[in-house]
Amino acid sequence: MDTKDLKNKVNPKFFKKHQESLYQALEDKHTTVEVLDSEDPLNTKMVLNMGPQHPATHGVLRLVLQLNGELIEKAKLDIGYLHRGVEKIAENKTYQEFMPYTDRMDYLSPYSNNVAFCTAVEKIANVEVPERAHYIRMIGCELARISSHLLWLGTMVQDAGAVSFFLWTFREREKIYDIFDNIGGHRFTISHSRIGGVANDLTSDAIAMIKDFVDNFPKELEDYHNLLDRNRIFFDRNEGVGVLKTEDALDYGATGPTLRGAGYAYDIRDFAPYCRYDEVEFEIPTRLEGDNLARYYVRMEEMQESIRILRQCLDKLPKGPVRADNAKQAYPSKDEVYYSMEGMIHDFMMTDTGICPPEGSESYHAIEAPKGELGFFIQSNGTGHPWRLGIRSPSFANLQVLENILDGEMVADTVIMIGGVDPVMGDSDK
Amino acid sequence: MELELSETLQPVIDGLSENYPDKVIEVYQSSGDTFVRIEVDANIEICKYLKEEHHFIYLADILGADRFTSEERFEVIYNLVSLRDRQRLFVKVWLEEENPEVESLTSLWTSANWLERQTHDMFGVNFVNHPDLRRIYMPEDFEYYPLRKEFPLLGIPGSIELPSSTPDTE
Amino acid sequence: MGIENSLSEGYLTTKVDTLVNWARSNAAWPMPMGLACCAIEMMSFAAPKYDSARFGSEVFRFSPRQSDLMIVAGWVNYKMSHAIRRIWDQMPDPKWCIAMGACASTGGMHRCYGVVQGCDNFLPVDAYVSGCPPRPDALIHALMKIQDKIRTEHSVKLDT
Repeated sequence: MDTKDLKNKVNPKFFKKHQESLYQALEDKHTTVEVLDSEDPLNTKMVLNMGPQHPATHGVLRLVLQLNGELIEKAKLDIGYLHRGVEKIAENKTYQEFMPYTDRMDYLSPYSNNVAFCTAVEKIANVEVPERAHYIRMIGCELARISSHLLWLGTMVQDAGAVSFFLWTFREREKIYDIFDNIGGHRFTISHSRIGGVANDLTSDAIAMIKDFVDNFPKELEDYHNLLDRNRIFFDRNEGVGVLKTEDALDYGATGPTLRGAGYAYDIRDFAPYCRYDEVEFEIPTRLEGDNLARYYVRMEEMQESIRILRQCLDKLPKGPVRADNAKQAYPSKDEVYYSMEGMIHDFMMTDTGICPPEGSESYHAIEAPKGELGFFIQSNGTGHPWRLGIRSPSFANLQVLENILDGEMVADTVIMIGGVDPVMGDSDK
Repeated sequence: MELELSETLQPVIDGLSENYPDKVIEVYQSSGDTFVRIEVDANIEICKYLKEEHHFIYLADILGADRFTSEERFEVIYNLVSLRDRQRLFVKVWLEEENPEVESLTSLWTSANWLERQTHDMFGVNFVNHPDLRRIYMPEDFEYYPLRKEFPLLGIPGSIELPSSTPDTE
Repeated sequence: MGIENSLSEGYLTTKVDTLVNWARSNAAWPMPMGLACCAIEMMSFAAPKYDSARFGSEVFRFSPRQSDLMIVAGWVNYKMSHAIRRIWDQMPDPKWCIAMGACASTGGMHRCYGVVQGCDNFLPVDAYVSGCPPRPDALIHALMKIQDKIRTEHSVKLDT
């Protein structure tokens, strides 16, 4: 296929230069290993565009595949269809004002993103968080992890063909939404974490609901295992598909369950514990095969470990305040704001200027989001607005892995592989 | 300068200062993280040394930043992780405004491919010897570099086209 | 329908209108343009608790040729806006559009270079749903408003 042929194939109606450079890059990929044969009488080679709007691409992901019959010879991913410039917005907002934007990044587990941002700011500004807030954050993070993995399970199995799974996992997710509704007032993008702690305490109602969920969920998980673990069709669709070899995993930059399914037990909760994860016991599920089935097992076991962590957190939940008392670093409680002058002034100053980390300081803090390592890099210039907020998003890294492992697979497995890698476009296209 | 390095990070810094004394400009710590600023032309050899000798086999992130000074305006920060010793190190280079160029790390880590494309898209940093340097978030037709400090938050009107509000008649 | 041409709004036309509108409003098959967080609430809207199937939106047809209601859920990027417009153009008449959430209606909290400040800059929107993300109940309310809108249309005249 020469360039003249390419210009005839691509007839862009908008963003001409973009489409042409994308198709040119597809052609240039792997040119050294490609056998240049110009004879193609049956026209088996074609360039397929799985466009940004597609039922199974988990958001707006675009894949351009060069096919030889049913086999994918090379693939290129085009992301950026959900890019907003969150890093640019962060430079114009105070740290607390930025909290809702973090919710909308990995929108399947917003609580984890909140905690990631709060812990990063607390690290650079040196804020002490009370014990109870740590445990409440852990409870929220683990519930968000279960919620994210349930959605992954529902959509991946639906893409594989078993449509009713979607309904069952969503029924469970509604229970988690009810818990979040009780804690923070919103179903999922709650922004419950505040810098210095959490916004409000858990009511006894909420704790009862969480206990109820923790008692009933393992039974549901067992039901899902019974359905899928011995299912011939599920095995055939997932075994040996999208293999990420162990020696390539770190090189390609995989993170989260994708990396743990390929053999490396790299989990930030274990590597650099935050939020009292060093005081609860849990295991890190790892598999060696690196195919989609391994990623499935890793995520199912992670849900079980999350239930285990939740049980321990509920037992160990200490009494005490839920936010730091320092007025320069955390919002005062509403009682103080309404009934004392200093409280009102501090509330005003926190909203207007916000917390000011020392000038010239920079720091990086990562947490283990359900998708992988989510990290915030903050550079401060002494004011309440960050100078630079860099976000290390796990889905970006995992999508790069997807681009590298798609070559050589069947086109029907594309959907399963995207589901197995589990990207969230709001996270990768910040 | 007082550096409180952990016992596993100390030999790394010592090794760097011994083997590349003129390339390492400064080593400092901020909020518990260790940053090493190096010369622009030495980034491949120092990263290769860190990868092979000190087991920093995982490249977590490549970030760009705009210091907005008249000299050496841009910086590129590499976030390296060593799984064996359980530590993280940040390597920085400072680039000038006129023609910000730095050698690409795709020969060491394949994951540097997209990360460098992201830095190129947002700041305009040119990565020499990169296999596929295109924009990743904005379309290729976009002519500006959004994360530079002089680019306005609301964008430049007319810099990117919107579809028409009447149907395509063809 | 040649006879109807000469009759403008008579008894027969209004009766046929009512029948056609009743059929259309109770079978508004949505085409979900699920982009971001609102898409998750849209999935909850289709899920068992807030069932959309009981309102007639039985299947979420991801093909534009087979649907008549487009729900734009999530912020619209400049890069994505062209794709959305092409899909809208591919949908056959009659079609309606719901802008779900603050981001699709006006750009929402994302006031920056990448986001189109409201999808009504390039799409004719029929119902706006506020919220970030709106509860599935709010989306059901919007669907019911669209159904009311369909019931008051002059369908027969529209087709000829």
